[in-house]
Amino acid sequence: MALAKRIIPCLDVDNGRVVKGVQFVDIRDAGDPVEVAKRYDEQGADEITFLDITASSDDRATTIHTVRAIAEQVFIPLTVGGGIRTIEDIRNMLNAGADKTAINSAAITNPEFVREAAEKFGSQCIVIAIDAKKVSKDGETGKWEIFTHGGRKPTGIDVVEWAIKMTQYGAGEVLLTSMDQDGVKRGFDIELTRAVSEAVNVPVIASGGVGNLQHLADGVTQGKADAVLAASIFHFGEHTVQEAKEHMQKEGIEVRL
Amino acid sequence: MSSKICAVIDYGMGNLHSASKALEHVSNNTKVLVTSDPDIILKADHVVLPGVGAMRDCMGEIKRLEVDQVVAEVAKTKPLLGICVGMQALMNHSEENNGVNCLGHFDGEVKFFGEPLIGTQGIEKDHKLKVPHMGWNQVKQVAHPLWNKIQDDSRFYFVHSFYVDAKDKSQVKGFGHYGKDFAAAISQDNVFAVQFHPEKSHTAGLQLLENFLNWDGQE
Repeated sequence: MALAKRIIPCLDVDNGRVVKGVQFVDIRDAGDPVEVAKRYDEQGADEITFLDITASSDDRATTIHTVRAIAEQVFIPLTVGGGIRTIEDIRNMLNAGADKTAINSAAITNPEFVREAAEKFGSQCIVIAIDAKKVSKDGETGKWEIFTHGGRKPTGIDVVEWAIKMTQYGAGEVLLTSMDQDGVKRGFDIELTRAVSEAVNVPVIASGGVGNLQHLADGVTQGKADAVLAASIFHFGEHTVQEAKEHMQKEGIEVRL
Repeated sequence: MSSKICAVIDYGMGNLHSASKALEHVSNNTKVLVTSDPDIILKADHVVLPGVGAMRDCMGEIKRLEVDQVVAEVAKTKPLLGICVGMQALMNHSEENNGVNCLGHFDGEVKFFGEPLIGTQGIEKDHKLKVPHMGWNQVKQVAHPLWNKIQDDSRFYFVHSFYVDAKDKSQVKGFGHYGKDFAAAISQDNVFAVQFHPEKSHTAGLQLLENFLNWDGQE
């Protein structure tokens, strides 16, 4: 009897459609978010993450509408991220049916926002999303820096130190994306995942790079992740969530089947 | 045919959308109302006490809105389901926020999972466990109508850093384990409370909510 490691399909949503890019460009259409979320729910997903990558904030109403539609039909936890900048944004998403909100660049501009949000809504619904890029060379001790603006803009902030600081401020979970690995299907940045997971006392979700089922298992066994997130291997019918869980179980990982 | 009413008590603490949507999803002839109106709550057939966030804020709002008196009244007469912090609020006292007195419907303490929390079983053995306890964990059932059609050891979705240590173990109707045993479900007469989120626990959770709406409050 132990806590199961979670598998979280991720929906990157642009203007009301699920899309998936390779390293944040080369977007491919993957369907209607409500239909996609329902499919993953039926396949036994432990949670769903919805990342709004719509460039224009005018389309926020579409996002809220979509989140509401998903929450009415899917009875597993739902995390919403992308463009969460104010307490009002969080309230809107929670009222639409999200269980957690992921804060990314707004935390970099104003770290106090995370503290305020956690105090207001509770740590359980505040996820700190971190986009990390490796800055150390091969053979050196691993070092990663936070990048914003789709990986173009360095911030000078060390990823491990930032993860520790943000959890001290009240973030209840870390969504850790390797920008180097994202979309290229070579597996998670294991060293990064383990460094963050061992540094913080809250759950860490590994993200970025899953190309096969073994990558998911490696994220847990080697990366020490509490949950693993993937998009394209599920979106385009390569694998179901159920298959992913069966594979992880074979690797000795506790899963919810 | 007159429909029944299930009141979800709204005392301003967070998101009641999930609980009410899930109840609506499984209800046949029950109308689900999210409300803080004592008249509606006292007339309802079933009542849900949800809760998220910190205990001090929860109890503060419960007292300010006089929900405490309404809950005490409901607990005497009709099926009441406490969820997560709603369960913890039914205990005597919580360690959270340097100590908070709670509603005292059940005897027992709400305690911090502790740091470091070390796993004792299976793949958790000797590993440091993270707090909050977040995710899908198994519940060992003790016979009760609310477990109807739910397999023993089914997984439910938990997210909490504090747990219920019940004084009267015979009231514990579901055991959870995360480094230590804790009460995942507690019940006496017409009151049933769970630490996990049935509204987020897929088919097992929806079945429990359906069982609750069909429950007459008898053990």
